[in-house]
Amino acid sequence: MKVALFLPCYIDQFYPQVGIATLQLLAKLGVRADFPQQQTCCGQPMANSGCETDAIPVYRHFVDTFRDYDYVVAPAGSCVYHVRKHFDIIEQTPQVQHVRTSTRELFDFIINVLGVTEIPGSFPHKVGLHLSCHGQRGLHQANESEMTPVRDGQLRRLLSSVQGLELTELDRNDECCGFGGTFCVSEAGISARMGQDRVQDHVRNGTRVLTGGDMSCLMHLEGIVRRQQLPVKVLHAVEILNGAVV
Amino acid sequence: MSHSQKSDLFLLDQERTTWHDETLWFVRQKRDKAVYAVPEFQELRQLASDIKDHTLSRLHFYLQQFEENARRNGVHVHWAADADEHNRIVLDIIRSQGATRVVKSKSMLTEECHLNPHLIQHGVEVIDTDLGERIIQLRDEAPSHVVLPAIHLKKEDVGETFWQHLGTEKGLTDPQQLTEAARQHLREKFLAGEVAISGVNFAVAETGSVVVCTNEGNADLGVNLARVHIACMGMEKLIPRLSDLGVFTRLLTRSATGQPVTTYTSHFTRPAEGKEMHVVIVDNGRTKQLGRPDFRASLKCIRCGACMNTCPVYRRSGGHSYDFTIPGPIGAILSPNIDMKRHASLPFASTLCGSCTDVCPVKIDIHTQLYKWRQVLGQAGELPASKKWSMKLLSRVLARPGIFGAGGKMARHGLRFLPHGLTHAPGYNPWAIARELPAPPKQSFREWHAQTVK
Repeated sequence: MKVALFLPCYIDQFYPQVGIATLQLLAKLGVRADFPQQQTCCGQPMANSGCETDAIPVYRHFVDTFRDYDYVVAPAGSCVYHVRKHFDIIEQTPQVQHVRTSTRELFDFIINVLGVTEIPGSFPHKVGLHLSCHGQRGLHQANESEMTPVRDGQLRRLLSSVQGLELTELDRNDECCGFGGTFCVSEAGISARMGQDRVQDHVRNGTRVLTGGDMSCLMHLEGIVRRQQLPVKVLHAVEILNGAVV
Repeated sequence: MSHSQKSDLFLLDQERTTWHDETLWFVRQKRDKAVYAVPEFQELRQLASDIKDHTLSRLHFYLQQFEENARRNGVHVHWAADADEHNRIVLDIIRSQGATRVVKSKSMLTEECHLNPHLIQHGVEVIDTDLGERIIQLRDEAPSHVVLPAIHLKKEDVGETFWQHLGTEKGLTDPQQLTEAARQHLREKFLAGEVAISGVNFAVAETGSVVVCTNEGNADLGVNLARVHIACMGMEKLIPRLSDLGVFTRLLTRSATGQPVTTYTSHFTRPAEGKEMHVVIVDNGRTKQLGRPDFRASLKCIRCGACMNTCPVYRRSGGHSYDFTIPGPIGAILSPNIDMKRHASLPFASTLCGSCTDVCPVKIDIHTQLYKWRQVLGQAGELPASKKWSMKLLSRVLARPGIFGAGGKMARHGLRFLPHGLTHAPGYNPWAIARELPAPPKQSFREWHAQTVK
């Protein structure tokens, strides 16, 4: 099985430890993932801003970069969702179709491709799980409160299997954090307020480590946590599952 | 003003924003409870969506069937291509009766057409009889929600308004007493009403009747007391059969307020002896929307308001920040069809979280349509120049790995070595108004990888 790691640009530049943890966790699970150096971005920033046609060269570059792999794995539900859903405006060659269907979110890949449902480890902390909307509602990785009161999902299950880890029960289990790509600057006021409210929900209910599957949401929430100097540590879930110690 | 500018004004009052958010979230939770209690709720949504898709696919047929059956029932049917024609028709009917006193029950369509100012300008007194609508009418404000038009107001605001307009005691905030004052005031108006205008929730093609759902019973009181009933409806309100209605009544109020059904579900089929009934069917841009394949499904909307209650942006920016009769996510996909330039910022007033789509009882793909409107606006040149050019530049960088790597490195090093006050200056970095930028690491992942992994 030939697997490539795709890292969104902001993880590459600002959160290299997330990329490293992804490679290491995959290796522990028996997968050696390549990192094609020519990779850039999925094109979502342009497309969400209404400039989808400007993103076409980026889409083509993405497909050219990853066409020869069986799977493209990314620790970022939002980017994966974009590739799978919105790469429909370029010609649907067999390569494009292949790349769209084989691009998988990391935890979806671990559970549904590798068939791994438990990752041994210990993390004796109160952990708050932030569900990324694109992972949850877009890729159906977790139940939606609009449909059912049952709080369940891929990441929730994986984290629950970690020894000593206690999950926070939030007042609002799946409200958006307000990052929203360029929304975070074009509607900066609302974006910040949404993030502050999300963080407060975690603080109120005892979260000491805030985690999730999408670093973009977490970058925004971490920005608020650090500005408000709150006693909360923000980690991508892959760091916890790879044995991070805090 | 753009949506973000209006939201910033709303956000200035932090406590009120919290209150607004929590109030609407409470309604969303009531909706959840009611929805979880119906095991077949998701099947009902699918069925409702299918019925609406089918109806829209042969709207001309059902409109004619409705007209024919309504006429047979002795109802006058009128067709209005736009808001002006609608207002003209309604005024003509009122004038033909020699009437000057009109009572109205809730109708988002007449709000959309700005009927009230038109009637008032021509010497007709028009009184909104839903409590919420009456409150905002006294304050000369637009509704901020399709189901809860005065949800932006607290009981203290209502007390103030009633003190000014209805002569209640100053400082009165008891909801019971305020409602009683409104009841006494409205009763006089009901008794004096010569013509009653109502909206339409559903129009049944096979029977030619219109169905109005209210909690206050004001539509029934108005219609039964007045000589003439004028029901105003958008042309998308049709359902084929009476047996389809149950699907929608089961969904509508559960989605809207968490009630199993509205207190009153009133069927108006024919005028009572000696009275008149009119139905005005309005297009006002709906045909145009029907002709846009990507946006057609927005016409399935049954105006439950669930997308507003669930929208984290709406809850924190208020209905007036949308500057359109229908606010919230559904308004943001309906408004550009009416005036693309004026409402260009609305499809961007969303994080595309998708909760609106999941909550919609007729399964409108609202967040996908928001995304698609953004593309239409981009193509039509309605984006701010700064956004347009920065995205073009970004595209060039992202299609070239060499420039991309170098650019990322520059940004990271800039962040590492420039003073915090400069990188976080709120004047040109909106991110930094309320957030810290990520702490830049020494090495990017790709640098680490090139060095470490052989």
